[in-house]
Amino acid sequence: MTTDRLRLATVWLGGCSGCHMSFLDLDEWLFELAARADVVFSPLADAKGFPEDVDLTLVEGAIANSDNLELAHTLRARSRVVVSFGDCAVTGNVTSLRNRLGEPATMLERVYVEQPDLDGQLPVEVVPTLLPQVRPLHEAITVDVYLPGCPPSADRIRRALVHLLDALEAGTEIPDLEWRGPDDLRFG
Amino acid sequence: MSPREPRPTVPVTIDGQEVMAVEDETILSLARRVGVDIPTLCYLEGLSVYGGCRLCVVEVNGDARLKLACATPVWADMEVRTDTWDLREHRRRIIELLFAEGSHICATCVSNGACELQDLAATNRVDHIHYDLGFAPNLPLEPVDASHPRYVLDRDRCVRCSRCVRVCAEVEGAAVWEIAERGGNSRLVAEMDVPWGEASSCTSCGKCVLVCPTGALSFKGSAIGEMRHDPEVVAFLARAREEEEWLDRSAGSGSASEVRS
Repeated sequence: MTTDRLRLATVWLGGCSGCHMSFLDLDEWLFELAARADVVFSPLADAKGFPEDVDLTLVEGAIANSDNLELAHTLRARSRVVVSFGDCAVTGNVTSLRNRLGEPATMLERVYVEQPDLDGQLPVEVVPTLLPQVRPLHEAITVDVYLPGCPPSADRIRRALVHLLDALEAGTEIPDLEWRGPDDLRFG
Repeated sequence: MSPREPRPTVPVTIDGQEVMAVEDETILSLARRVGVDIPTLCYLEGLSVYGGCRLCVVEVNGDARLKLACATPVWADMEVRTDTWDLREHRRRIIELLFAEGSHICATCVSNGACELQDLAATNRVDHIHYDLGFAPNLPLEPVDASHPRYVLDRDRCVRCSRCVRVCAEVEGAAVWEIAERGGNSRLVAEMDVPWGEASSCTSCGKCVLVCPTGALSFKGSAIGEMRHDPEVVAFLARAREEEEWLDRSAGSGSASEVRS
């Protein structure tokens, strides 16, 4: 272990974790990734809080609740490059479908009280407060790179990561993205 | 002039390429003939020119006032630029605005993977939307019109390109569709704003569905859980044969033609 290895984090906000599943789909390339970077925070790693001094953070999911918003501000303050990872982070996507139902109370009522066959009741303990609207990540914090897709394929993630790791190792903060073609940018 | 007689040509420069254009053809027609790609959305070969989407904007003789490639005829010594930084930015903003004003969530759309808006975003390097996305509660939520027995209209996915309006009027000759109201309130309506299934002028030809660039018009049954079986039809047929009485089945319950919406 050398000290100059890159520090990588992945974060799961308001999303289905499908982007993380696609990340795991990188299969044996994960060994190459592990050779270049330490995963310092991730739903796939055991870390309590978001650490300081992270080089690259992939953020899956939209800003849907108070915890998402707080973590977004924390990770922004502690990351050099933030990637909006997948359609929910980029556009709100599936997570934002509830916006059309109006106030969160209406949605909660429909999901937890009207729909269940048994014991319909509103969740009140432990769960974070829902924000009035689900919003894309870049409306809450500054985003450096957008990686759309629902989910982005493993190939698309790998191409982006290789480019970002190269740039970070070379000391470039915000990488040039002109190399990206339609396959790297497609929503859905 | 007979159609066989060659039409006069004029010299035109397009992206630095000197070509001979046929007099009166549009910039778009010339560009496509000489292999210059100009993105389009409302334009469709075979239909009249609408010039509504503004994606095909080009620069002519360096004029700051942009021209529509689909609607502007060429003239002699015209100098056309189709791919400047400004034009790429304009197109990107237009695409983003289209995304922002509807419910264009590709992952949950019946046309995911077969959508011209989705393709345009990818090929024009739209990787996020700068504008406030239109799923805010202040925008009206249009209920899906599934009243037609074979097709579905989801107005939240409509980009008002008017291809369906034109194909119905110009090719099918039925003129079922029209775009009502203006600006952000504009919406596709059947006849005098009746549910599609009640539009008696609709011939159910399906051309509107075939030309729709997004998931606004689709074949019923394309979405998950839409298949409707009708096993009771066998009992009806058996009884009708036995009793030699062929009643109108739609009068009774469990009708095959009953529309579920």
